Order: sequence, then structure tokens, then C-alpha cells
Amino acid sequence: MTNPNNISLNISHALEFIDGHALNIPTLKILSDQGDVLDGATAPDIDKETALRIYSTMRFIRLLDERMQGAQRQGRISFYMQCLGEEAAVTASAAALKEDDMIMAQYREQAAIHYRGFSLEQFMNQLFSNEKDLGKGRQMPVHYGSKELHYLTISSPLGTQIPQATGYAYGQKLKHIDKETGELTSEIDNVTICYFGEGAASEGDFHAGLNMAAVHGSPVIFYARNNGYAISTPADEQFKGDGIAARGVGYGIKTIRVDGADALAVYAATQAARKIAVENGEPVMIESIAYRLGAHSTSDDPSGYRTKDEEAEFKNSCPVNRFKQWLLKQNWLDEAQDDAEKEKIREDILAALKVAEKVQKPTLEDLVSDVYDTPIPSLQKQYDELKAHIKAYPDAYPVTAGRIK
Amino acid sequence: MAKMNMLHAINSALDITMAEHPQACIFGEDVGYFGGVFRATSGLQEKYGKHRVFNTPLTEQGILGFANGLAAFGAPALAEIQFADYIFPAFDQIVNESAKFRYRSGNEFDVGNLTIRTPYGGGIAGGLYHSQSPEAYFAHTPGLKIVVPRNPYQAKGLLRAAIKDDNPVIFFEPKRLYRASVGEVPEEDYSIELGKAEVIREGTDITLLAWGAQMEIIEQAAQKAEEAGISCEIIDLRSILPWDMDTVAKSVVKTGRLVVSHEAPITNGFGAEIAATIQKECFLHLESPIERVCGLDTPYPLALEKEYVPDALKVFAAIKRSMEF
Ligand SMILES: Cc1ncc(C[n+]2csc(CCOP(=O)(O)OP(=O)(O)O)c2C)c(N)n1
Repeated sequence: MTNPNNISLNISHALEFIDGHALNIPTLKILSDQGDVLDGATAPDIDKETALRIYSTMRFIRLLDERMQGAQRQGRISFYMQCLGEEAAVTASAAALKEDDMIMAQYREQAAIHYRGFSLEQFMNQLFSNEKDLGKGRQMPVHYGSKELHYLTISSPLGTQIPQATGYAYGQKLKHIDKETGELTSEIDNVTICYFGEGAASEGDFHAGLNMAAVHGSPVIFYARNNGYAISTPADEQFKGDGIAARGVGYGIKTIRVDGADALAVYAATQAARKIAVENGEPVMIESIAYRLGAHSTSDDPSGYRTKDEEAEFKNSCPVNRFKQWLLKQNWLDEAQDDAEKEKIREDILAALKVAEKVQKPTLEDLVSDVYDTPIPSLQKQYDELKAHIKAYPDAYPVTAGRIK
Repeated sequence: MAKMNMLHAINSALDITMAEHPQACIFGEDVGYFGGVFRATSGLQEKYGKHRVFNTPLTEQGILGFANGLAAFGAPALAEIQFADYIFPAFDQIVNESAKFRYRSGNEFDVGNLTIRTPYGGGIAGGLYHSQSPEAYFAHTPGLKIVVPRNPYQAKGLLRAAIKDDNPVIFFEPKRLYRASVGEVPEEDYSIELGKAEVIREGTDITLLAWGAQMEIIEQAAQKAEEAGISCEIIDLRSILPWDMDTVAKSVVKTGRLVVSHEAPITNGFGAEIAATIQKECFLHLESPIERVCGLDTPYPLALEKEYVPDALKVFAAIKRSMEF
């Protein structure tokens, strides 16, 4: 029976409370830690080309993260954030989408934008906030974005992208709705994937975004990266009950939990999620369970809040190696060639770093443009005054003084 | 007395509060065992237990809603927002709830026990979302008090006063100075009265006014001005709401000139309120228009921070403009 409260009532005469853990949602795992397809599991349909592209993306991001973490320690860039431990989650989920599906990420998802084609040079230009950075040197390192690649530029305030993804996806669906009947006339051609951490899932925006997506049927894939920590706060001080997945269920959203270190499981789950979203015009939630192998960011020191034993336990569960083992067993990858390529990538990264480091900073005009479509009069006046000031004291502003007309 | 940096001084004020009131609680993102991302609450969880010093889930709206409830109950609620940039998700709880608790209930209820601490301001290569100075948004809301210390001694005394004050107080901590500013601080308890500006240096030609991290900048500018033969009176406003109009007006009557400086964008920044008020109070004593040296009307940038911020040179240029008017 349904009632006006939109709940199908299942009447009971027993005074019973349901426990927060009652759902006990299972975790999809396909690959063993050694890279074998587990008994009873089925590998998803994945062609060699896609599989290798996933692998080469993960490998690239590992090497980039390693080098740029080092560059931050040397004081060459101001900040860095690694994807370490979550490469499979981010890459394989992005790979299961169409190239022009929208990606709205939190910040740690550099693998997704690289999968789409964000080049080494583009990474470097953003990290060094030079004048070639698409973001014009305004944001901290790792705040990537590219309209061409359908990757919304990262914003630091957590959770804000979640209701935005709901709205964006609604727009994607609207194109396929019959004006008269309000029914879907065809399969939706694009969806939005929205990544966020288990910490960000505590923000009000999360609850607002999921609820609106469920009620209005936005074709959005909510991808919760549960990696155990939000800076120093462990997951058990972040939420109770059956994880973030249970909340998807609570909002009436089809939900799956996957092993986030298992590229095949992530790929299979995201493919299936996309299918639900495009066919039914509704949101789907994926909770991926992985471990943040590195520090939160270069401003953080995890030795202050987690034990060496715990870190050691997870060190072995490397998602990149797990997938590599599977590829080797498929005979799709040659170990010697892989090693040679890694060496080459390391050299390329170092070379690109050295180039980007020397590119000039953005111009003074880049400081005042894009606040509005055109600078408002007060800002134009401030800009003119600032130019005059810098001209009067050029030595104090060496980055811009020489380039002012 | 002991040598302390600003983080130690804040920690000491919190420690005294926790010892004084058995129900005082410190909470916010990462403030528990880890001691907060800047370590202002280090060691307090070990000392006072997980029930009173704890990590919250990552929800600023939740932190301030919870804090309002706890303070309404009567316990000192010491809430931390990890960066002032992230106070906006809690905006409704602060401006509609904390600020109006007492007024809307006819004094049946209040959240006078609430203190919100949050690091603000630039200078740490933090870009748009780790550098903002949002004091003016809150200064537009009656019912709140807003305080900004300039060094460790001020931080401890003002924070203790903020906690003891019977109104909700937002305490903006200049994060650039957390470790950089070191000074003598009494280990025992003391308070510095809220709502009072401090004349930190007397002068005759022009008054320079700022607060928090910007104090260092106007002091440097005053040094340059001194070398050019201009005598500057320097005032630290300390409390933005309520602000000490009398001390500022008295100084401007004496010097006839005023430069106000803050990091936040100039338009509708708190400097605008000061300029308007002082213009009315001191109209016949002014020798030149009140100058404001502030951030540009753009978000706080990463790459061109030097160009963006009101530095000593810009303040010095304003002093000269004012003197030569
Ligand atoms: C609204 C807001 N509050 C606080 C912060 C500071 N902050 C940045 S990252 C972070 C932890 C995020 O953890 P989680 O969402 O679990 O993602 P993870 O870092 O584990 O990938 C915090 C508290 C922020 N960026 N935005």
C-alpha cells in the first residue's frame, strides 16, 4: 500500500528498531591482490586498448605525484596532493564514461582529467601557476579544470560540487524529455559523475544534492571515495552506520559499494551505474573503499594520527600493481617495456617541470579579469591606480613591473 | 612570562577555559588528537578527554548549529572553523541564529557562551580559498562581536575576554602570524577588554589604522614615513564589532589625517564604515580625504599576491598622498 507520504507501508506489530548497520551492503571485488579474477567473479567486458589506457594513466599519475610531492618539498611549488592508493578508483571510473560526460571532482582526482587527455604540460602550467595555466594562476596547485575535457575546475570548499552535479545532470536529461508527457523520449546521451570524499559527505551540500537528484531524477553518478581519513579524522569519527552507501539507499538512490583498489570492479560498477542513469534518468551512488596511502596533502603529517603498522598493512594493497598483474596475465603488457616507459615518463616529467618553472607569471591584467565578464568601473579604476603605483615603484614588483604598458 | 608564539598563546587561553569550566567543549574539524591543522588545540584532548575536545564530522553548518545548541544549554562552546574561507556554509547558523538568539527570544535564550575561532587572511600562498578576510560580512550583523588579535599577547588576552563575554564572538586569527609572531606572554590568566582600540604608537601628522596581520604592514609603512619626516600615530582597532570610534576620532582630531588598511576587498570592507563615520565625526578637523589601502575588488589570487595585497609601499604611497593633498 502506498500513502500520501510516499512510503510503502509494511505494517508490523513488533516494536522493533532497525540498526544503523542492518543493511550491511556487500563490496564488489573482482581481482585478487595478485591480479587473478576471483572465483565466482566475472571480469567486465573491457578491450585491450581501454585496459592499457587505464594502466598507463595510473602509472603516469603515480610518477607525477611522486615527482611533484618532491618538488613541493624542495620549495618549487607551494602545495601538492597525491592520489596515492586511489588511482584505480578514479581512473577506472572515468574510463567507464563517455569522453564528453561531465566530471565534477573534489581535488584528488588528477587521474580522471589525465585519462581525458590533460597533458603533462598542462599539469605543470597549473602547478607552477604560470601564464599558460588555464586557470590564470589564481588557484593553488592541483585545482585543475578544462572545459574542452568536460572537467569542471576544482573549487576548494568541500561538497559544493555535489548539488551542482545534480543540477548539471538535470540539464543533461532535460534535452531528452518530451515537453507534453514529461517522459524520457530517448536514452540520455550524457551523465555527470561527481567525486567526493567520505568527509565531504558530511557537508550539508551532500544531503541537499542527493535528495534533489533522487526527487528530480538527475542522471548523476555520485562517486564517494571512502579512503578512511579526512585529513586526520578517521572514518569512525566521521559517520556511523553502514558507510556512505547506506545514505544513498536512504535517499532512494540505487547504490553499490566497490573495492576501490580493484580497477575491474570499479570499471564494472561504473559502467552499470551509467547504464542505469541513462536508461532511467536517475541518480546512482557508488561508494569505493580504498586507503589513502599518502598524506592528506603536503601540509599534513599522517604519522601524527595513524600508526606505522596500519600504514604497512595497506602498503601492499597497491591498486596499480594489482591491475598490472592482471594485464601481465592477459599478455597485454610487457614488463621490460613497462620499465623502459616509466623511465621515459620520469625524464619527461622532469623536463616539463623545468620548462614550466621558467614560464612567466600571469600578467597584471589576469589579476583583474574574469571577476565579471568585463571589469566593473570601480575595479577598472583600482587597476589603473595599481598600474600607476607599480610604475612608481617597479623594483618592488618585479614579476609584473616590466610588462606593464 | 614566557616566550610564546600565537598558537601557544591561543592554546593557553583555551587550556585555562577548559580547566575553569567543567562543561566547556572544544570542537571542529581535526581539532581532537591531531590538535587542528595548525595545532592550536594540541594536547588538550589528552588533558580534558574525548568528550570535551573532539573532532566533528566535516560540516561547518553542523558545527555551528551544534555550538548554538550547546551554548544555549549553558556550556562554553569553543568552535573552530578550520579556515575562515569555510565559515560560509555556517553563515545561516551564525547570522540568523547565533546573532539573533537573544533578541528574538526577548532574552529568554542566548548563546553568549559561544566563541568561534577561525584562521583568516593571506600571505601563505593559499590562493582564493585559504586567504580570505570575511570580517565585513559579519560586521553587518547586529548581535555578534568580532575580534582580531595582532600578536600572541593580544591573542591570549582577547580570546579570554571573548570567551568570558556574554555574547557570541567570532575570533579571527591571522594565520600568517601563527608561528611568525613570537613574544612575551603571561602564563597566568588575563583579559583585554573587547571593543577598545589600542594606540600603539603616538604621532602628530597622520593616523594609521588597521587590525590583525595588517598591523605589521602599517608599522613598516610608518617606519618609511618616519624616514621621510612624517610622524605617524598607529592604532590597532582590535575589535571590529563593536569598534572603538572614540579612540580613532580622538586621534584623527589630533592628526587631521587617516589611512585605514585591510586585506579584504575595498568595496564595502570594514574600512568603508570607518571612513564614513570618521568623516562625520571629524569633518572640520580633516586636512585630507580619508585614504583606504585594501585588497582589490577581486577574489584573493595565488600568483600575483604581492600585487594584490595592501603592502607597506602602498600604505606609504597613501600616506604621502594624504600629506601632499
Ligand atoms: C567547506 C570546507 N571545509 C573544510 C575544508 C578543509 N579541508 C580540505 S580537505 C579536508 C578533508 C577532506 O576529506 P575527504 O572528503 O574525506 O577527502 P579525502 O581528502 O580523504 O580525499 C578538509 C577538512 C574545505 N576545503 N572545505
